[in-house]
Amino acid sequence: MNGLPSGSPAQVPVLALGSLLLVTLQGELYDGTAEQLQSDLTERIAHSHVTGVVIDISGVEIVDSFLGRILAEIASSARLLATRTVVAGMRPAVAITLVELGLTLPGLDTALDVERALALLGHGSAPAPSVPAWEDA
Amino acid sequence: MQAPEPDAAHQAAQEAAAARTADFLGRRQEQIAQRWADAALFRTVFTLSRDEAVEAGKAVVDALSTVAASRRLEDITAPGFLPVREQLQRMAASLARTGATAAQIADEVAALRGPVDALLREEFEDPAGDEARQCALALALLMGTLRLVVMETALSSGQELIERQRQQLLEVATPVIQLWESVVAVPLIGTLDSARSQVVMENLLDAIVAQRARYAILDITGVPTVDSLVAQHLMKTVAAARLMGAECLVSGIRPAIAQTIVHLGIDLGTVVTHATLADALAYALRRQGVVVSSGTPGGAGPQ
Repeated sequence: MNGLPSGSPAQVPVLALGSLLLVTLQGELYDGTAEQLQSDLTERIAHSHVTGVVIDISGVEIVDSFLGRILAEIASSARLLATRTVVAGMRPAVAITLVELGLTLPGLDTALDVERALALLGHGSAPAPSVPAWEDA
Repeated sequence: MQAPEPDAAHQAAQEAAAARTADFLGRRQEQIAQRWADAALFRTVFTLSRDEAVEAGKAVVDALSTVAASRRLEDITAPGFLPVREQLQRMAASLARTGATAAQIADEVAALRGPVDALLREEFEDPAGDEARQCALALALLMGTLRLVVMETALSSGQELIERQRQQLLEVATPVIQLWESVVAVPLIGTLDSARSQVVMENLLDAIVAQRARYAILDITGVPTVDSLVAQHLMKTVAAARLMGAECLVSGIRPAIAQTIVHLGIDLGTVVTHATLADALAYALRRQGVVVSSGTPGGAGPQ
């Protein structure tokens, strides 16, 4: 549902980290905002030297079929532009819902949190799980 | 209202008998309770203190007297039973715990009537007289009702026990264990239904977050049958774990189950399977670059 005036969908900030883009989604995401994010990201990927995109959805409590499809489409178009997309921090409840909806998002890379996603893309700390157990995401 | 004269007289006699029985129970409460304390029902429940048994007996006699006074001899929902219901339930439950069957409990309650009956007969000069018979009948009805109340409480406490156990089975039977750093496993035992599969999935996904696991192993060695529903749940769990950034492995599919799955035409092609839990663990360790040097355990050769 588009809860905002269609003329000005709120923008989701996209952070550039070296050759990576980091997107952090928070709270509820309106359909218009998600579409805006999709076109923003594709533009950014096409016009800058980006090798990977990390989309952190640990702050998202509800992922509906629309947002699920948007995520899959972002990943597909990024792959066409030779960029890898990793979705990080999906909550158990969200994962269950997506699977129940039949959206298993094939072709989408996933990681437990942003740190693991960065490791997966060859950045950040060593991939070895050297994180202390109390340092939960 | 249109009842003929003899019936009205009969009813009046019955009411008088009930009132007399209530009076009798009230007066001889102490004596009855003393005798009941020696009966099997109270002896097996109150093994520690006889005084406690007598107190419990008094409470029951009191309740019976109240019920008789209210003329509701055959009503198991009579308010007079309310104060002792909980106590009867405790007694029935503790009897059931010692292994007594419903029939045994019923017999023990029935055995309570004997001592009261004897005391009641002593009340009358002519134990075979009309009034004595009426009172004995009222007492018999009352004790029958008590028996029903006890059986009812016993059955309902049994029902509660079953419900509690069902809930516990649901929660306890699916422990998620950490096998290694970043490796968690659920050894599934018993039949899987929709509700249980859901609990398994939720527990496993929560454990992936809590333990920061990269690999989750679903071991179905203890699952007797796998039908299309269970297979579907397995695939859902695998997909959900993948969405969270963990790899889900299935191990322990028995030969017969493998054949069933093939017969049913279920495609588990997207699921990584291993013969045993050890194989799956070895795979997860290898993928993390962990080197285990000793000889491989029997039957768990590398793939």
